[in-house]
Amino acid sequence: MSAMPRARELGLIACTVCGQVCRNVPGDERLDGDGVRDAMACPRCGSTLRRRKPDSYARCWALLIAAFIMYIPANVLPIMRTASLHDVDDNTIISGVVELWRAGSPNLAIIVFAASIVVPVLKFLALGTLLVTSRRGTDWARVQRAKLYRLVELVGYWSMLDVFVVALLTALVRFSVLSLVEPLPGVIFFGLTVVLTMLASMSFDPRLIWDGKERDD
Amino acid sequence: MGKSSTEALLICEHCDTVHRRQVLVRGDVARCVRCDAELERYHALSVNVMLALILTAMIVFIQANVWPIVTLGLSGQQSSTTLWGMILAMWREHAQIVSVLVAATLFFFPLMKMLLLGWLLWYARSGRRAPGFVRLMVLLHHLGPWTMSEVFVLGALVAIVKAHTYFDVTPDPGIYAYAALTLLITIFAGVDLRELWDDAPEAVA
Repeated sequence: MSAMPRARELGLIACTVCGQVCRNVPGDERLDGDGVRDAMACPRCGSTLRRRKPDSYARCWALLIAAFIMYIPANVLPIMRTASLHDVDDNTIISGVVELWRAGSPNLAIIVFAASIVVPVLKFLALGTLLVTSRRGTDWARVQRAKLYRLVELVGYWSMLDVFVVALLTALVRFSVLSLVEPLPGVIFFGLTVVLTMLASMSFDPRLIWDGKERDD
Repeated sequence: MGKSSTEALLICEHCDTVHRRQVLVRGDVARCVRCDAELERYHALSVNVMLALILTAMIVFIQANVWPIVTLGLSGQQSSTTLWGMILAMWREHAQIVSVLVAATLFFFPLMKMLLLGWLLWYARSGRRAPGFVRLMVLLHHLGPWTMSEVFVLGALVAIVKAHTYFDVTPDPGIYAYAALTLLITIFAGVDLRELWDDAPEAVA
């Protein structure tokens, strides 16, 4: 046994909902996660106990791919229409950032750029990398990969920023013929992208990073 | 039952490493030796303080929802909105999905979270488990990542700056209430609600 024993080796399971440490029959593969229901319930909170999140690879890939499909129209289609007496102006996520930069607030433009562009792209790349490397069981940069996952979890929901901006402007800017703001389909796709990437990162089990080959350390 | 031996253990959620639980003092954060994730953190907030903060958050939340957030002016006309104004506007403009998302993440989930915490903490003050404790604690766990009031504050700031180019912008009390709410959320961010499991003894009810 290594100096840092893992729950699986000791025949223990941590409840993912309440953190309770539970004993189980060592080697009972029914508890490994995939395709099991109600094999064993946490004595404290009643949630189903599993050594790993169920079908983590399949679920995470499916949600991530769905999110990516939604992300394309989210960026290509305009998210917001600004109509005034003279012209009609459709904004995409990118053009909104550029406009904010020009309007004299580069700092905010950087924040919006980070939340709307960098964070979703980071999620796609990070979760994709984690899925591939964990499946291969490599011991490459495990600590860094674990930190990457925690970063994705931490910043994920900030992408909703642009959705809230469009919602607030839509409700505010209604001066009949003078000036109007309307949401356009892009914002719906973007909202769905954010929700799907959040679900994807939740369905990934970071313990998989450490499964695979064990190096002597 | 071997209960005492498992209670002395702590399993890292992020890598499944088993640790022996340490007694933490002020300022301590226990980290996993394998993956460096946070295991446990000492927090100085007593149940009473937390309950007081939740009650404050509820009052601020009501204000943030009832008062308008910001007012725009254009050639003598005025236009202002509240959170529910936003939700209804998105519904009217055929973005129902967004409307539901906004209502859930900015209204229903934060409200549920506060009500649940208020209920659980009220009983925890006297060392008891509230009726429905187990089910409500599980619900609270699942609500966790889906409340986004702090993101909205930043969004409102961005919207104000964008609108500022074309309109006269006057911030309304709602935006200050939201700022206060964000502050309270930040204080609460460091609290591990799982401690409520240990605070209240089981099987009294």
